[in-house]
Amino acid sequence: MKKDYHSWGRYPKVSQKIHEIRWRTESFPNVDSSNGFIPYGMGRSYGDVCLNNGGVILHTESMARYISFDEESGIVRCDAGLSLHNLLQFIVPKGWFVPVTPGTRYVTIGGMIANDVHGKNHHRVGTFGCHVNCFELLRSDGKRLTCNSKENADLFAATVGGLGLTGLITWAELKLSKIVGPYIDTETIRFGNLADFFELSQESDKTWEYTVAWIDSLAKNKNLGRGLFMRGNHSTRVDTKKSRRLKQKLMVPFDAPSNLLNKYSIKLFNNAYYRKQFSRTVHSPQIYDKFFYPLDGIGQWNRLYGKEGMLQYQCVVPAETGYDVMSEILSQCTNKGQGSFLSVLKIFGNKKSPGLLSFPREGVTLALDFPNRGKETFSLLDTLDKIVIQAGGAVYPAKDARMDSASFKAYYPNWSKFAEYVDPQFSSSFWRRVMDKAG
Amino acid sequence: MNKVLIIGATSAIAQEVAKLYAESGSQLFLVARNEEKLEQVAQDLGVRGAAAVATHVCDLIDTACHNEILRIADKTLDGIDISLIAHGTLPEQKDCENSIEQTLQEFQINLISVVSVLTLLGNYFEQQGKGCIAVISSVAGDRGRQSNYVYGAAKGGLTVFLQGLRNRLSKKGVCVLTIKPGFVITPMTENFKKGILWAQPQQVARAIVCAVRKRKNVIYVPWFWRWIMFIIRNIPENIFKRMSL
Repeated sequence: MKKDYHSWGRYPKVSQKIHEIRWRTESFPNVDSSNGFIPYGMGRSYGDVCLNNGGVILHTESMARYISFDEESGIVRCDAGLSLHNLLQFIVPKGWFVPVTPGTRYVTIGGMIANDVHGKNHHRVGTFGCHVNCFELLRSDGKRLTCNSKENADLFAATVGGLGLTGLITWAELKLSKIVGPYIDTETIRFGNLADFFELSQESDKTWEYTVAWIDSLAKNKNLGRGLFMRGNHSTRVDTKKSRRLKQKLMVPFDAPSNLLNKYSIKLFNNAYYRKQFSRTVHSPQIYDKFFYPLDGIGQWNRLYGKEGMLQYQCVVPAETGYDVMSEILSQCTNKGQGSFLSVLKIFGNKKSPGLLSFPREGVTLALDFPNRGKETFSLLDTLDKIVIQAGGAVYPAKDARMDSASFKAYYPNWSKFAEYVDPQFSSSFWRRVMDKAG
Repeated sequence: MNKVLIIGATSAIAQEVAKLYAESGSQLFLVARNEEKLEQVAQDLGVRGAAAVATHVCDLIDTACHNEILRIADKTLDGIDISLIAHGTLPEQKDCENSIEQTLQEFQINLISVVSVLTLLGNYFEQQGKGCIAVISSVAGDRGRQSNYVYGAAKGGLTVFLQGLRNRLSKKGVCVLTIKPGFVITPMTENFKKGILWAQPQQVARAIVCAVRKRKNVIYVPWFWRWIMFIIRNIPENIFKRMSL
């Protein structure tokens, strides 16, 4: 089984060389390609930020060692290739948790910094980058720079959310959060439409650490934006088990036929999921991985979308116009019969990330995923881009495989300042696309 | 808590074994050639829970330094419960066919240097009257094949040496474990096309730690290699010599 180095959306397909980086003291290989390097951890970004067609990817998954951990203060220093999965298995039994977690634990620390990931607690604590004390950046001129908010501060800001383009993060130091045990007290509340979501969010964000909503993307008219609102707090319940291994129970062993997820099956699933609970509100204590990483229980779930892959689309728009813009986006999807299988809605808070190119900003964010149906999917996403630009919002590069240069520059007005910090030997398929360069 | 000596400690399988011992609070003494890498491994094991981690840098091909390794390890750990020998290289068979020098070099690393360490360790453990010597050999040592017989012969020689050592030391309460991994995804096999038979080093490490605890003699990892090699060993030579394995 030759490992395919594609991204999680399995689109686009590229051809690139793989170079393994196993030690943080290693230097870069000699390379004959003008497309240079891009770091690649576990390939969980959806589009092409981790791909480098015609170039080299620096695979960091084996560079995964700890350097130090202070059990009193919760400060951990480790290699950038260490996975969140491994980190959690190590720190949770010791009473610590990551301050911010994305929706999968199969990501590397380096990848979490480079995409400045966010979680269900963005309204409280901001992005992952807000909790990174410092890291080492290896540049192609051989320089190793320790970066934090004071030392090499400009490179620190460019690297947080910098999509791996400023050099290779070799190690990082994080500040963890204290927890009592591995449980999360959760509540799931069914809501009838988009207006209810905003109301629930406003009410919940004050008293709940984690909030997020799943929505039925194919519900129309008065039901538009109906869904399930999930909220959680770290529980004070103590763990009774000595050790826990987080396990994958199921595995999708091969590509599903490309029409498995069609209009009808998506509608059926969304409808059933919306009605999964009998009463309006369900309370339950859950082990953290059930709450944060429900999809990690199914190995390679991305294969369900067939061999053409899928396209994710996550945008954020300012809160003031949030309701109208989200209604418009959802209507576009339902009108074109292009339901998203899993759609997620959340309010971002106002804590600013140190990252120059970070995606999260104050407002409301919506994530959608579509099986890749070629032209019809792409044209829908182009339409959504127009709406988001108009609203003064942004689209998340970590989930993108198709935005054009003009849209990128509109979403990220800092792009030209950022470009000054891009390492001359680093590039990616994403970067060449949004900079309008060939290849 | 175990006192563990690991030789070839930066190899992928050895690192994974060391992690398991570290997590159970063992005391570790690590030997490897590259100081930079060894330092990174030692830090990692310290964080993971090892009671103590000491390192010693040495190129094992230099058999003159072996006495010293054992002396310092014994002094640092104050007795050794488990020793794992994990260093080795996988040569390109074609290169060896064209170079006496490289062929002998491979024997030097994969057989002679290990035999040298084992001679010392054998006497040490015999005197101690307890403990386990675990050594990574290979399924390649079970039968010579055209694609890999230089490496295979070195590992085959090692396997026979270990049989004899086990026979001698079993009377003294010392366990000798021969580990025969099949295909493992490590830097050593980076350029190989991977297939369904390939195992992760973590999986191999768990099997090793379990076999040490159960005082096993010979393990194939993953287990199914025992049956694959059973078949390969039993193909009549007249047929085998015409095959291209």
